[in-house]
Amino acid sequence: MLRRTVLSALVAVLALVVPATAADTPGVTATEIKIGNTNPYSGPASAYGTIGKVIGAYFKKVNDEGGVNGRKINYISYDDAYSPPKTVEMVRKLVEQDQVAALFQTLGTPTNSAIHKYMNQQKVPHLFVATGATKWNDPKNFPWTMGWQPNYQTEGRIYAQYIMKNFPDAKIGILYQNDDYGKDYRKGLHDGLGEANAKKMIVMEQTYEVTDPTIDSQIVNLKNSGANVFFNVTIPKFAVQAIKKAHDIGWKPAHFLNNVSSSLATVLKPAGVEASRGLITALYMKEITDPQWKNDKGYQDWVAFMKKYYPEGALDDQSNAFGYTVAQAMVQVLKQCGNDLSRENILNQAENLKNVEFPLLLPGIKVNTSATDHAPLEQEQLAKFDGERWGLFGELYDAAKK
Amino acid sequence: MTARAGALGLAAALAVALALPFVVSNFRLFQFTQVGVYAIALLGLNVLTGYNGQISLGHGAFYALGAYTTAILIDHWNVPYPLTIIAAGVLCLVAGFLFGIPALRLEGLYLALATFALALAIPQILKYFEHWTGGSQGIVLSKPAPPWGMKASPDQWLYYFTLAVLVILFVLARNLLAGRTGRAIVAIRDNPIAAQAMGVNTALYKSLTFGVSAAYTGVAGALSAIVIAFVAPDAFNVFLSITFLTGVVIGGLASISGAIFGALFIQFVPNWAQDISKAAPWAIYGVFLIGFMYVMPFGIAGALRRVAARAARRGTAARA
Repeated sequence: MLRRTVLSALVAVLALVVPATAADTPGVTATEIKIGNTNPYSGPASAYGTIGKVIGAYFKKVNDEGGVNGRKINYISYDDAYSPPKTVEMVRKLVEQDQVAALFQTLGTPTNSAIHKYMNQQKVPHLFVATGATKWNDPKNFPWTMGWQPNYQTEGRIYAQYIMKNFPDAKIGILYQNDDYGKDYRKGLHDGLGEANAKKMIVMEQTYEVTDPTIDSQIVNLKNSGANVFFNVTIPKFAVQAIKKAHDIGWKPAHFLNNVSSSLATVLKPAGVEASRGLITALYMKEITDPQWKNDKGYQDWVAFMKKYYPEGALDDQSNAFGYTVAQAMVQVLKQCGNDLSRENILNQAENLKNVEFPLLLPGIKVNTSATDHAPLEQEQLAKFDGERWGLFGELYDAAKK
Repeated sequence: MTARAGALGLAAALAVALALPFVVSNFRLFQFTQVGVYAIALLGLNVLTGYNGQISLGHGAFYALGAYTTAILIDHWNVPYPLTIIAAGVLCLVAGFLFGIPALRLEGLYLALATFALALAIPQILKYFEHWTGGSQGIVLSKPAPPWGMKASPDQWLYYFTLAVLVILFVLARNLLAGRTGRAIVAIRDNPIAAQAMGVNTALYKSLTFGVSAAYTGVAGALSAIVIAFVAPDAFNVFLSITFLTGVVIGGLASISGAIFGALFIQFVPNWAQDISKAAPWAIYGVFLIGFMYVMPFGIAGALRRVAARAARRGTAARA
């Protein structure tokens, strides 16, 4: 009895104390929490700007439903035009002037590189950055920064494992974009094969520049090299060309297509269903243009959300599913924070996601983080295109377990 | 009268600039430091375009060259940052001079296109020399701390540092343009044949002007690398070069003070546009641009000069 009174007294005291400490946390009041973001709404990467918009739409939905623990999310997103100096300026505005509690989903590798040090000096959470580079998972040196999606090297390693197991006599031809993105995939494949296997198996590597008009000659070269496995690291425009050209010249390798170009609407259908049959990719999200998810509840909820809160957003753009999902992760972190929205606790809770599932992730894929693991998504599953849908097969690959 | 007004205005502007760190936040100060950096770049472009009549759509390339010179010298060899700025200036002077020689054959729009090619090429070239430039990942630098145990924030120190460089370069430009060289540069713009007849070596002067212009822009780029503490190819796209030209024209062609006004414009107007409308900031920016050009066809500096001249005329009329 006594213990219970003491306990309830403690609870009462805590209840009094906690809002008082919450009051002097930057970006947080009794009714709102400020979350900052930058996105390329203009400039060369503006196609990604839809991610920033769909996140705003999702927070609006959360606010309409009462917010998180009684607080509304005040989402402030500025245009940085994918220019690192502009990112620095806008992020300093968010941190120093707008006084946001945390930065979330800032988009781009060079743009995030420009603010990486600053965020960690200021000790402001820099969460779930929108880039596939590997460097964001470095909690020892950059404890306030955290990535989100599986990185390109991980995916490259997944293909390598599959190839070694199923095609021991593979002669691999690689086509990759000549920049960090392409090189990361290439490195993942090389690392996954191991030095000896890479030397033995890889018979040709071809590159292209993002400004090239066509990659036809690269495909012809790859065919002539005698490769029977094709690792295709291209963005959608070139993926369409590669799939078509390989089909047209009668080259029929085991064709591994990177996740970047796994959209049915923008890649496989334009390339031709016949030509695309048999492609293999690695997925971690439900491909929203794939008919197998038509009756999936997660997909239907997303469509309903899009129609109500972001009607101008395209329903065949995977970026809109991506932004929706990562916004759900941010809300999860805020929920876990309870009433303590100090920057320390926001980071602690972001590091404390345990087996969280989101409706648009593939079934079984879970988000896990810790103080030493700043890579939330590390699982992917292989899928083969059967002419109509991506047929998932095999087990989930987990990079964290390797 | 106008001369005295001009001197007064200059003193007032300098006083405001010196006092700024005591009244504004570090973030605002950072923005004004960027204004200073842009002003140096715009002055460089103005020497070329405003005074000498050569249009460049590629000054972002020299800005990038300056920025990368500084970044690479600091990153690979730990060179003290003030020295890297001098190195960047000298390198861009040479590069600009060399580019100026073939550019002699090109006039007006053709030169604009040739320089445009430079702006288009530079991000790719930077990615190509990955060992030095860090490819598209860029190079991360550290912000310099204030020297001599000064009790200032790094932002305050960088602001004063930039201001000092700006004042030195503006005085140098003024001396260059007010003298014999300046008259030759302007004469080439107004009538190249007459200039040649008067004994001006047009080829040499044009290339030299290109070199000086590039050097200024290169110094600005070097400062930007220090202020931002990061360089990457994406920072130096074609749009940067266009922004510089916009700044020069809005600020006022063939005007030294115009560089400051232009820099204020390109720094703050896009931000205001974003504050006014998140949905269509560039449309708002466009409205600003057209508005400025319509109201002040000779740029902000030109409009101020006109107002001052009118006031002076009224003053003499009243006395007479």
